[in-house]
Amino acid sequence: MITFEQAGFSYGRNSILNGITQELAPGSFHFLTGPSGAGKTTLLKLCYLALRPTAGTVKLFGQDVSKLSRDRVAEMRRRIGVVHQDCQFLDHQTVRANIELPMKVGGRNIQKNRSNVDDLLSWVGLTKRGDALPPELSGGERQRLAVARAVIMAPEIIIADEPTGNVDWEMGHRLLTLLVELNKMGKTIIIASHDMNLIRAAKSMATTRVMRLVKGQLVAAGADL
Amino acid sequence: MNLRAIRTRYFGAYSVDQIVPPRGNAAWATIFTTATMTFLAVAALAAALAGARFADAWSLDLAQNATVRIAAPAETREQQIAAVLAVLDTTPGIASAEVLDDAAQARLLAPWLGNDLPLDALPLPAMISVALEGDGPNSDALALRLAADAPDAVWDDHDRWRAPLQKTTTRARMLAISAIVLITAALGVMITLAARAALAQNAQVIITLRLVGARDRFIIWTFVRRFTMRALIGSVIGAIFAIIAVQMLADATADDTFLSLIGFSGLDWALLLAIPFIATFVAFNATRQAAMRHLLHQA
Repeated sequence: MITFEQAGFSYGRNSILNGITQELAPGSFHFLTGPSGAGKTTLLKLCYLALRPTAGTVKLFGQDVSKLSRDRVAEMRRRIGVVHQDCQFLDHQTVRANIELPMKVGGRNIQKNRSNVDDLLSWVGLTKRGDALPPELSGGERQRLAVARAVIMAPEIIIADEPTGNVDWEMGHRLLTLLVELNKMGKTIIIASHDMNLIRAAKSMATTRVMRLVKGQLVAAGADL
Repeated sequence: MNLRAIRTRYFGAYSVDQIVPPRGNAAWATIFTTATMTFLAVAALAAALAGARFADAWSLDLAQNATVRIAAPAETREQQIAAVLAVLDTTPGIASAEVLDDAAQARLLAPWLGNDLPLDALPLPAMISVALEGDGPNSDALALRLAADAPDAVWDDHDRWRAPLQKTTTRARMLAISAIVLITAALGVMITLAARAALAQNAQVIITLRLVGARDRFIIWTFVRRFTMRALIGSVIGAIFAIIAVQMLADATADDTFLSLIGFSGLDWALLLAIPFIATFVAFNATRQAAMRHLLHQA
């Protein structure tokens, strides 16, 4: 699904990632961990095509991302759901409209898919908040909204960058449960987190792999880290 | 149930397609700028059309009349007048000829020499006003016949007056076209600046759209649609105000002057209606170019 072959990324002379070689299989559950500044977010950005590698190769769905046109990159992104720590929404649009945004962008009929949106709102526990604006939501509600928006187009990969960074343990556990449910539906999950409690909790619910990054290099990867 | 809920329930969450948040000041600035520029463009067009009409009226007037001037000594004056009238009477292209009496000459000279003109003291030539018909006479042949029968008569078909008038008209038209082109260019620059400001202001929206897989053309279109609609509204408002102003100016000017000829008729309306569309197209293109550059720069 995602293959890194000696992949690296640098801003000018400042090397952020280098020599990453790893293969993420379809339906797998990965945690990306490491200290702050290790390159976790950069690696995730390579996964969801916000960045392209400056060295080596990254293949997504079997295609070398460096060779994709801008339109093709946009199309690929629709197959990937992203949940950010600082969730990015259209703050002037309702919760429902934000969930519908990927459908709007993808040219899907929103009216025909209204029941899907209702189901999603119910799944993430935001049924009563559908007409609220994102700034009116709590941190946990915003994260759940981000999860709902990330999965509305039934993506094959879900990437979350510190999804529990701004929420308490109970809400973090609830979000993790949602992501585990998605993994059981066959989605590939990649979560960047330095929260070891979250990783331990995930291990008790699903088969997970952990990749540890230090100073831009993948120092360990496996199930028992 | 609040307004947002009602809107979502009955019209859908994207009924108004406001992916780009509406920001009051930027919206009004775009509408006001486009309205002002369209107003000025329509005013320039009205002035150009009025100038052309005024010049055409003068030119037509001069083209349909000619003058024979006879600066003859007193003893042969009447004889030469009679000879000229006889020649004109038998010349094709001449509708009528009339000798101007002293009173008529005094009226013509009054604007320059005043009303108390002592015509007896001035050696004024005899003047014959000639009305032309069709393409008028063959000037060269007529001049030769007049030279033979009335050696002091001079045929003047007003060509030397018409040529500079036509040149002035052409230059006035060029000036008006230049004004419209400059106004259009200024509008393009202003809309580009406004679009760039909006793109910078809405960086978060662009990031969000990219995140959910929006293609460049989708992002560009969300901004282009917003600015094009504002420009269309502004240009229509500007055009309406300009038409009202032009009409009021024309109505307030009763005499036969330049301002009384200002206004729109016939094909002028097609030119007038083109201006809001041109303004809207300029806004469309300026926003599109600005958005494309912005996205490429970000990439």
